[in-house]
Amino acid sequence: MPDHKVLLDVRGLKMHFPIKASFFSKAKNFIYAVDGIDFQVRKGETLGLVGESGCGKSTTARAIAQLYKPTAGEVILNGKDLTKLPPQEMIEARKNMQMVFQDPYASLNPRMTAGDIIAEPIRIFQKRGLIDMSTEERNDRVEHLMEKVGLSRFFKNRYPHEFSGGQRQRIGIARALALNPELILCDEPVSALDVSIQSQILNLFKDLQDEFGLTYLFIAHDLSVIKYISNRVAVMYLGLIVEIANAADLYKNPLHPYTQALLSAAPIPDPKIEAKRKRIILTGDVPSPDKQRPGCNFYDRCSKHMDICKQARPMLKEASPGHEVSCFLYHKPE
Amino acid sequence: MTDEVILEVKDLKTYFMVDEGLVKAVDGVDFQLHRGETLGIVGESGSGKSVTNLSIINLIPVPPGKIAGGQVLFHGKDLLKMPPHEIRDIRGNKISMIFQDPMTSLNPFLRISTQMVETIELHQGLDKKAAKAKAIEMLKLAGIPAPEKRIDQYPHQFSGGMRQRVMIAMALSCNPEILIADEPTSALDVTIQAQILELMQELTRKLGTAVIMITHSLGVVAGMCDTICVMYAGRIVERGRTEEIFESPKHPYTVGLIHSVPRLDQETKGRLYSIPGQPPNVIDLPDCCPFFPRCEKAMDICKKKYPPSVSFENGQSASCWLYAKEAQNA
Ligand SMILES: Nc1ncnc2c1ncn2[C@@H]1O[C@H](COP(=O)(O)OP(=O)(O)OP(=O)(O)O)[C@@H](O)[C@H]1O
Ligand SMILES: Nc1ncnc2c1ncn2[C@@H]1O[C@H](COP(=O)(O)OP(=O)(O)OP(=O)(O)O)[C@@H](O)[C@H]1O
Ligand code: SF4
Ligand code: SF4
Ligand SMILES: [Mg+2]
Ligand SMILES: [Mg+2]
Repeated sequence: MPDHKVLLDVRGLKMHFPIKASFFSKAKNFIYAVDGIDFQVRKGETLGLVGESGCGKSTTARAIAQLYKPTAGEVILNGKDLTKLPPQEMIEARKNMQMVFQDPYASLNPRMTAGDIIAEPIRIFQKRGLIDMSTEERNDRVEHLMEKVGLSRFFKNRYPHEFSGGQRQRIGIARALALNPELILCDEPVSALDVSIQSQILNLFKDLQDEFGLTYLFIAHDLSVIKYISNRVAVMYLGLIVEIANAADLYKNPLHPYTQALLSAAPIPDPKIEAKRKRIILTGDVPSPDKQRPGCNFYDRCSKHMDICKQARPMLKEASPGHEVSCFLYHKPE
Repeated sequence: MTDEVILEVKDLKTYFMVDEGLVKAVDGVDFQLHRGETLGIVGESGSGKSVTNLSIINLIPVPPGKIAGGQVLFHGKDLLKMPPHEIRDIRGNKISMIFQDPMTSLNPFLRISTQMVETIELHQGLDKKAAKAKAIEMLKLAGIPAPEKRIDQYPHQFSGGMRQRVMIAMALSCNPEILIADEPTSALDVTIQAQILELMQELTRKLGTAVIMITHSLGVVAGMCDTICVMYAGRIVERGRTEEIFESPKHPYTVGLIHSVPRLDQETKGRLYSIPGQPPNVIDLPDCCPFFPRCEKAMDICKKKYPPSVSFENGQSASCWLYAKEAQNA
């Protein structure tokens, strides 16, 4: 069970990607992929991050992992701001934070065996003299990890193409566990899997969390997956977090008009319920993050918008204890 | 949905010859589609959903593929035996298709107007002006704002959701009797998916079009389909009316599938139900129940023979020895 210790503290995180306005012009435009977000992840919990394509979920994870250098903001892991760490300390910190990706095909090197893929993070740290382990110990560790994720150790010498999608995802998870991290950033780890395999992998994530006290930032666009796996949930829209709350609270009592629309749009596998449901059908498409808006990012698609929403940006603030929302329906502009 | 059968697939078999052996992608599929019915086909990746539907409109690449047997009767005429020019006239006209990726059916180098108007002219015998008016009307129905302007744009000038709308407009512009939709919304966000599904439902109801909806989302079939066929390893293992399949699934695979999805409307405490193992490789499958390595209820006979299809009183049917045995003992 999660305790109250904050493991990861993200403050004012921004990730703006420069793009050229046109081939000839020198002027730079930006994609405001993540535009100032704050949240905390407590030790042992799963924070779900949900939102539509392009809203900045992957960018958030990558900026936390320092795969991107954030434009602004702090990423504080165990009290240390990763954005300011000297390289040597950064390597140490990285040991404590690993990623699992969506595509079990693209994220594994096709020319390495499963055993080598899982051992790779250990090998890298060995090379730098940061881990002291004999080859035998490392082999034992790999076999142990394979067993933990439900892969027979006899598959150690097989190559990725010899595994199914679900098995490849297990390899990716074993690799992420190799260095005993506290935090795992999971970027859509079950989205590419079939229903029957998806439930196996979700169970695996839960089992591993129970056994090793892992903390997850878990990204998915499937709201039911997020509901099942998360203690708390953050909803993103166009580079910002619009709502964050306990999972039970968020699903029972969504406050932000976007969260409400998202929940009402998600299909439920029960024809009786589907026949009776009234959907909030949003009009329009998700706008592009290539400009910053002076007002609420959801303005164009929001059925409840007011004049003020166009002029000022709503801040993420508590509406009830532990339930934060950024919408003028719940608090007045400052 | 009416009683009139407009499409009947009988014992369809489609095989692919690959280096590793013979892939029996579809191995004896039967179903009927009634006028105005929306039929869902669900199943895991590789279970043969797309190949079934590509076979119906005779679009299987030969080689490596081959329709090894069966009939596809459209108003009583076998599409599999039709000369190419006749089937071409039916495809895109009486039977049209939409795919997961709109770019597989939109030509990126041609304006939407060119693509739509030509098809309508060709199939509906309208002149250019009337065809364009019809195209604009369809885009409007599909919820494209300012269609008279947008019709002259190129596909890349539309967002993913809008391209899907354009494709639906195109697919329905010739008043097809059957629309085959292969994962039409899988690549879209939930809020856009909801828009598109509602649009499809509204338009096909209005036009009386029958729909074959291929999807891996149980939520989508629950909301859209009158009837469901569940496929596993190239065959239909269970079928029936949507409410009945969800209420009392019979085949252990269907039962597992329904129970393994986390639910938005329910609390799932602890572990999710999950079907162990993986879907089989459809290369050189032995003639047994393909689900037996994963089945909690497997018996000896399941390893020896493919189970017969057993029908229940409510019209539901399942291919599983559990029921065949009961039937024998009764
Ligand atoms: N390296 C990059 N350079 C420029 N733009 C980028 C880069 N990476 C992401 N973006 C843009 O930033 C925005 C957010 O992308 P991101 O991948 O974080 O979205 P996401 O929420 O993960 O979406 P999805 O659900 O599709 O994975 C998008 O508009 C994307 O095109
Ligand atoms: N052109 C082809 N050549 C060889 N094998 C093929 C070809 N097309 C399909 N297959 C094989 O036929 C089987 C069924 O494929 P199909 O595309 O119908 O699956 P599906 O149920 O639509 O899966 P998905 O949910 O992934 O779309 C698979 O094993 C696939 O590899
Ligand atoms: S701030 Fe205004 S526009 Fe934004 S979500 Fe709230 S009501 Fe809608
Ligand atoms: S036939 Fe046997 S193995 Fe197959 S689903 Fe039925 S009980 Fe299970
Ligand atoms: Mg992403
Ligand atoms: Mg398919």
